[in-house]
Amino acid sequence: MQQLLDRFIESRGWTGDWAIELVYFLGMLFFAVALLLVVVTPFTGIVSWAERRIAARMQSRVGPNRVGPQGILQWAADGLKCILKEDLIPEDADRILFTAAPYLVFCGLFGAFAVLPFSEHLVIADLDAGAFYVMAITSLVPLGIIMSGWASNNKWSLLGGMRSAAQIISYEIPAALSLLAVVLAAGTLSLQGIIRAQGWSPADWFLFRNPFLFTGFFYFFVANLAEGNRTPFDLPEAESELVAGYSTEYSGMRFAFFMLAEWANLYVVASVVNVAFLGGWNVPPIAEGVVLTILQMVVFAAKSLVLVFVIIWVRWTLPRLRVDQMMLLCWKYLVPLSFLNVLGTAVWMMIVPEGSAAGRVASWLLVLVGLSLSGLFGLRVRKNLKDADVGRLYLNPFS
Amino acid sequence: MLFDLANVVVFLAVALGFVWATLLASRLIQPRAPGGDKGLTYECGELPVGAGRIQFNFRFYILALIFLVFEVEIAFVFPVAVVFREWLESGRAATAFAEIFLFIGILFLGLVYLWRKGELSWHKEEPEAEDVPSVR
Repeated sequence: MQQLLDRFIESRGWTGDWAIELVYFLGMLFFAVALLLVVVTPFTGIVSWAERRIAARMQSRVGPNRVGPQGILQWAADGLKCILKEDLIPEDADRILFTAAPYLVFCGLFGAFAVLPFSEHLVIADLDAGAFYVMAITSLVPLGIIMSGWASNNKWSLLGGMRSAAQIISYEIPAALSLLAVVLAAGTLSLQGIIRAQGWSPADWFLFRNPFLFTGFFYFFVANLAEGNRTPFDLPEAESELVAGYSTEYSGMRFAFFMLAEWANLYVVASVVNVAFLGGWNVPPIAEGVVLTILQMVVFAAKSLVLVFVIIWVRWTLPRLRVDQMMLLCWKYLVPLSFLNVLGTAVWMMIVPEGSAAGRVASWLLVLVGLSLSGLFGLRVRKNLKDADVGRLYLNPFS
Repeated sequence: MLFDLANVVVFLAVALGFVWATLLASRLIQPRAPGGDKGLTYECGELPVGAGRIQFNFRFYILALIFLVFEVEIAFVFPVAVVFREWLESGRAATAFAEIFLFIGILFLGLVYLWRKGELSWHKEEPEAEDVPSVR
């Protein structure tokens, strides 16, 4: 981004410190606002629509299909409705904390977008501690959630906030450890650097680099599901137990910000998994210049969107865990296993040097394992569909 | 680098400004009719009973403590992890691995200790009191 602004300044022939500083500042402001208004808000809106449509399809319902073609503008209608609603604050609530919580939740997620890359040269801020920054800034979210839970002065909110905070901080450990294994293999914390350490072919991805990183991917993905409060870990907002969890007392636009953050989180999670394990924007060297950038953007977005779809799919497939099962899964399985992962990755890097023949063979073997796992899954789905008499269940999703 | 950091700060400022502006816009156009039972907190449609800030499970507190220890120590491993590759290439693999192993090993021992103490289970099994005479 700095290069872009530098080129702009050069093309105008501007000199003098103040002019350059001003261009820098205005440029950054422009990029931030543009990203917010053009990418984040419409994207989260459309994801919220897509999730409802997919959920409806999976449950043989129709879902929102009235506003715009196939209901794709439903999010705009929802946003408008939320703005027009009266914003209530309970009489006994802690007003300061109650109003501050949406700010924290939204900042925590929007801040993460600053370091997420879109292509090789298209990144707002390529921090050299990028992976660390993402972990740190998204930690604002549990803070906001626990503040909202406490401030609402409502029993459901308090319990929801507590559960949410406990869950997010617990799963932070396996997530951080899995990321640690990636950092070991990449030798850098910068998200762009991590992507550059991988290649375009699946065998060069960290997912298939060695068996430990392969399993680490699943720990990281599950831990991130839990951190995003998604089913099967949606205990904080378990409708049947806690009404709406920490957001029970919120209404109007404040409530909308919690929802916005939840869906923005989907993209953040998918992108970070993509960067860390799936090779990010790496494409085969077949193009140059603008075409290359566009190709990279498409590849990165495609991988992320597939992951977003998987997250939605998981949510509408699996039932919710119990709170003790969730803690058991985290502390007694994921944490020890991801500890072993870090050590295993270090040992693997020592005995199988990078780029050696043995390493290549292992990578391709892991690719085969991955392919056969998905193949088995596909066969299983086919068998289930056959058994389930789809003809009776079928409902045209585009009706 | 400084440019990137400034960028992040601008980003957070924009996020704050966006939330503030939207809430302000909402405040200007929304209907306001305070009063009635709107100010009460929701408790399944009944009048709320007692204070909202009830006692909650003590385990949340212990969990937060455990988290703090682990997270801080993991944060300390990250710098070693970053230079691990360089050290490997310059032939200091044994030193680098020993350092990581020591750190992770101690952390892992802590986990084993917590596990043995039963602090990782949501329902901690209390040792049965032995001096209570059995009722038979």
